[in-house]
Amino acid sequence: MIELKHISKVFPTADGDLHALTDVTLTVNDGDVYGIVGMSGAGKSTLVRCINLLERPTGGQVLIDGADLCAMGEKELIRTRRSISMIFQQFNLLMQRTCLKNITFPMEIAGVKGEAARKRALELLDVVGLPDKADAYPAQLSGGQKQRIAIARALASNPKILLCDEATSALDPKTTRDILRLIKDINRRLGITVVVITHEMAVVEEICTHVAILDHGHVMETGTVEEVFSNPKTEAGRRLVYPDRVVIDQLPAANVIRIAFNGGSSYEPLIASLAIDCGVKVNILGADTRNIDGRAFGTMLLGLPADPAEAAKAVAYIKSQPDVTMEEVRDYHG
Amino acid sequence: MGEFIMNILEALFGGGKTTVAQQIAYLQMDLLKDIWETLYSTVLATLFAYVIGLPLGVILVAGERDGVRPLPRPLMQALNIIVNLLRSIPFLILMILVIPLSRVLLGTSVGTVASIIPLVAAAFPFVARLVEGSLRESDRGVLEAAQAMGCTPAQIIFKVMLPEALPSLITGFTTAFITILSYGAMSAAIGGGGLGSLAINNGYQRRMTFILYVAVILLVILVQIFQSLGGWLSARLDRRINRAAKKTRRPRPEKTGIH
Ligand SMILES: Nc1ncnc2c1ncn2[C@@H]1O[C@H](COP(=O)(O)OP(=O)(O)O)[C@@H](O)[C@H]1O
Ligand SMILES: [Mg+2]
Repeated sequence: MIELKHISKVFPTADGDLHALTDVTLTVNDGDVYGIVGMSGAGKSTLVRCINLLERPTGGQVLIDGADLCAMGEKELIRTRRSISMIFQQFNLLMQRTCLKNITFPMEIAGVKGEAARKRALELLDVVGLPDKADAYPAQLSGGQKQRIAIARALASNPKILLCDEATSALDPKTTRDILRLIKDINRRLGITVVVITHEMAVVEEICTHVAILDHGHVMETGTVEEVFSNPKTEAGRRLVYPDRVVIDQLPAANVIRIAFNGGSSYEPLIASLAIDCGVKVNILGADTRNIDGRAFGTMLLGLPADPAEAAKAVAYIKSQPDVTMEEVRDYHG
Repeated sequence: MGEFIMNILEALFGGGKTTVAQQIAYLQMDLLKDIWETLYSTVLATLFAYVIGLPLGVILVAGERDGVRPLPRPLMQALNIIVNLLRSIPFLILMILVIPLSRVLLGTSVGTVASIIPLVAAAFPFVARLVEGSLRESDRGVLEAAQAMGCTPAQIIFKVMLPEALPSLITGFTTAFITILSYGAMSAAIGGGGLGSLAINNGYQRRMTFILYVAVILLVILVQIFQSLGGWLSARLDRRINRAAKKTRRPRPEKTGIH
């Protein structure tokens, strides 16, 4: 069982303290596949790195089966880390070692050597479906294969917990599904508790039993995947669960812009991605657009948020889009 | 035919007090010994430079604030100052400065063996920086993965940082070896032997121009051999690159030598 209690993490930076995590409390039970979702910069990686103390929390407690990691000495912490494995977006394999030697690595550092380690590594290669890659080097593998080797390596120490930080974010959709299936399988067959960090709801839907929504370092909601998905209670939750919805909340329109579509993709994705990528909600005041062969033509009037910083963000984003031009409308009278 | 070539050589390099024929006779006696002295003083100096410089380079990286085994700031600052200081002293002056040290360690301050001391003194900070540069290339993510797996700092250094940086370390070693080889040539100034002394004491001081050219050409050839060997070995041992991708390798680390 993983219990995070009132975890906070502050990074001192040149321009003041950055509160990456604020009062994060969650519990992951044995056997769960626990998703932690949030947009980029929400603090997901920082949070997962607090679980094995790669990042030492500024405040709060990290309890693994009741033992407080923050209170442990160096030796004990190292021993505990050997029962918590981690896989990464960038795989982080040892590039100068063969796949087999990568998999024996965790055993090597724990003092298991020679034939026993080799035998176990070969078994694990089988588990991840790459029995013929023992003597290949990571550079010779595809992304999906590298992640499989990383998973085999993660299993080598017989961990209780597997942490996955955006483990599929560098992979194509099909490979992503395969890797997720493998992780799910490992969870079921070996009873390993899995924590999945991702910015993609699809990943959560695919394998998670529970989910926590993280936004700007705060946990907004937690629950089973069904609960949270069927009825997200917070704005952050809705934003993640329904990313494609056009935001209709009325915003005070301090300044109004007219954008013209010159045959790019249609307008909904632009408005939606504006909300997702910038977190900026714009107000559609009027539109005259047509779709011709899936391409958008026409103009649309948008009301920008009152906050000048937000408005500027939206303008910058729109300006960066291909096939979209923009002009300010000074004399708009709603 | 042989006579014809000799005539050309005499015309080119003769004219001093010694004929080319006499110079060749001298080379036949001495050349192998000189090559040998150059090689063994270079090898020994490189060896000792690494005995000191390799751990120092590791410490410079691992001991940093966000390194795998942070060390006290003042210690790190002191090490950096020492390295910079030694690197900024011109080699000719350093040779003179370490004379007392050579007397203490070897009982003499002249000769081929004694010339190794200033070479080591000049080269170990250079080696430390080369090693530091190689280790800094290591992928932070991989170090983090090792840490997450429960590696001790020592395991991270010996099982991850150093092996992962091996190709780069070999490239650095090649640079160090060649730099030490060419600086060793200067040690003729304090009675060191080898090709440098051959070129300076005989070739230049005694106007044996032919010997001068032979010594220089041999030095150039040695450098070429070791450079190629090092480059080949580094590429050979690098498991990150496939044969096809070889051409797009990273540039070598800095090559500015000892001053
Ligand atoms: N070592 C660090 N120093 C300073 N700021 C950091 C550091 N690590 C992360 N941050 C900041 O903390 C916030 C959360 O980062 P992160 O946990 O990586 O987010 P996510 O994984 O959700 O994208 C970001 O604003 C990031 O810039
Ligand atoms: Mg992240």
